[in-house]
Amino acid sequence: MAVYLLRRFILMLITLVIVSVMIFAASRYSGDPRAMMMRPGVTVEQFEAWGREMGLDKPLPVQYLVWAGKVLRGDFGVGIMQHRPVLDIIMERLPATIQLGITSTIFALIGVPLGVLSAVRRGSAMDYVGRVFAIMGQALPPFWIGLVMILMFSVQLDWLPAAKKSGALSFIMPTITLGWFGAAGLVRLVRSSMLDVLDEEYIKLARAKGVSRQAIIWKHAFKNAVIVPLTYGGLLLGGIFVGAVVTEAVFGWPGVGRLTIDAVLQNDFPVLSALTMIFTAMFIGANLLVDLLHVYIDRRVQLT
Amino acid sequence: MDDIESQTRDLDRAFAAVKERSGLAKFRHTLGRLPVLPVSVLIGLFLMAIFADLLAPHDPTLGKLQDRRSPPVWQEEGTSKFILGTDQQGRDLLSRMIHGSRVSLAVAGLAIVLGMTFGTVFGLVSGYSGGWVDEIMMRVVDIFLSIPLIMVALVVTLVVGKGFMTVVGVLVLFSWVPFARQVRAETLQLKALDYVALARVAGASTPRILLRHILPGVVNTIIVISTLNVGYLILTESILSFLGAGIPPPTATWGAMVSDGRNYLASSWWIAFFPGIAIFITVIAFNLFGDWLRDTLDPRLRQMG
Repeated sequence: MAVYLLRRFILMLITLVIVSVMIFAASRYSGDPRAMMMRPGVTVEQFEAWGREMGLDKPLPVQYLVWAGKVLRGDFGVGIMQHRPVLDIIMERLPATIQLGITSTIFALIGVPLGVLSAVRRGSAMDYVGRVFAIMGQALPPFWIGLVMILMFSVQLDWLPAAKKSGALSFIMPTITLGWFGAAGLVRLVRSSMLDVLDEEYIKLARAKGVSRQAIIWKHAFKNAVIVPLTYGGLLLGGIFVGAVVTEAVFGWPGVGRLTIDAVLQNDFPVLSALTMIFTAMFIGANLLVDLLHVYIDRRVQLT
Repeated sequence: MDDIESQTRDLDRAFAAVKERSGLAKFRHTLGRLPVLPVSVLIGLFLMAIFADLLAPHDPTLGKLQDRRSPPVWQEEGTSKFILGTDQQGRDLLSRMIHGSRVSLAVAGLAIVLGMTFGTVFGLVSGYSGGWVDEIMMRVVDIFLSIPLIMVALVVTLVVGKGFMTVVGVLVLFSWVPFARQVRAETLQLKALDYVALARVAGASTPRILLRHILPGVVNTIIVISTLNVGYLILTESILSFLGAGIPPPTATWGAMVSDGRNYLASSWWIAFFPGIAIFITVIAFNLFGDWLRDTLDPRLRQMG
């Protein structure tokens, strides 16, 4: 276990280093960092003084280390759109995204009972509903789901607020937009995994013994059937971060997803690179969490 | 005697029946179970993309401003000139959707073929080499799995600039991963089989063993993964286009068309609505066809969701 955690931790560090090198390379490739400070009346001497100040006269690997050292201390530089430290800008926006992420994950988790019901009542109307829900969730473009919901529930019916984060009602449409894709994947995985398990001998034995239907489904079958979908959990959480970019763009949600799009539109490289680092770290953390949960539930899994 | 003879004859007949079934009849049987609707949608889509110039009633990139935001034909102010209506620049929506199919299919097709080639070679080498080579190659895969695609896509687009090859490149960065993982897992199984050992004893070179003896064993898997992932790539391409990181205007892409319609949602719903339907139908057709292909060729892959 300790060895496993150490290995995962090292791999996480390597990943972050690689991502940071890519970002650093991209930032240098995209142009001289002094270019964005240029104003009319800047003299050549001043320009070169900036270069020395920013360490641009040093070799690239040294420049990278200096930059990485700052990043480690949480100093991502100053944003171009708003002349404030990048970390402040991001921290301000993070809560809105995390709130939406939580409601969306909860919504996505309804895929689990839906998948179980679909499998248990195979061929019934319930199964049909579950499968249509899954097929649609995996094929509908999320931004379009959002826009069509706005069209129906805000423009036509005037039931829900169209954009902007306000009360609890304003969470409904963004949550569905963000969570449906993950829910759809869960329905499919849980359903097929459950069907496999229900076919096993020990389920037949339990049935022959006279164990109640509910106990068979939830105690005997579900516990084993949930293992495969669990490995998908990390991807699900990662998908929520990524999907937040699209969802927040549609609903004008004041989170980091919306910030990402603004950074792209405004060529705000410091903000975008900080966001990429933070998203990657969260993504990896979520995957690690799911792996640990996996071990906790399935004692057969050996961590090496 | 008679009894035994008749029994042998019965057996012969049974064998003949099995033989026949495994040949043409089996093929016919499989063909009979083809999912008709998804397959016809896909054929229609490919034809639409190929003959877009002939099929589109108007120029997809040119419009007259006086025609702008004309509603679809069945609405009161709609005209039969623009069946699905026009966008904010007076361009015919139907024509743009027909041309948009080219972008979706070309981008996703190219990305899947490149990703498949690279991922398969990667998986074959990794699985066959074993040892520390395999270890390192699989950790590389892990690293790719733990980087959020959309962030990389946006950073790359910002640095390299928008364009067809940028979108394809970004999608390839991620489309090879499932191939590499699955091909490696199957190579591990195949290389332990006797016939591979025999080939090695007979003096076959490593590339020859990989290409002639192992690759044929993973072809079904490759086909299934390709089909199952095309839909996802089309969806991702539309998301990039919607976010403004796709192929730049005036080229018609479905995602960008939905984005065009965002600001006119209340007054001209059709601009955003119809291109979304096109994405939906295309992705669902690929997914359903992929599901069927997986159940037919390689049901073990069902766990991949």
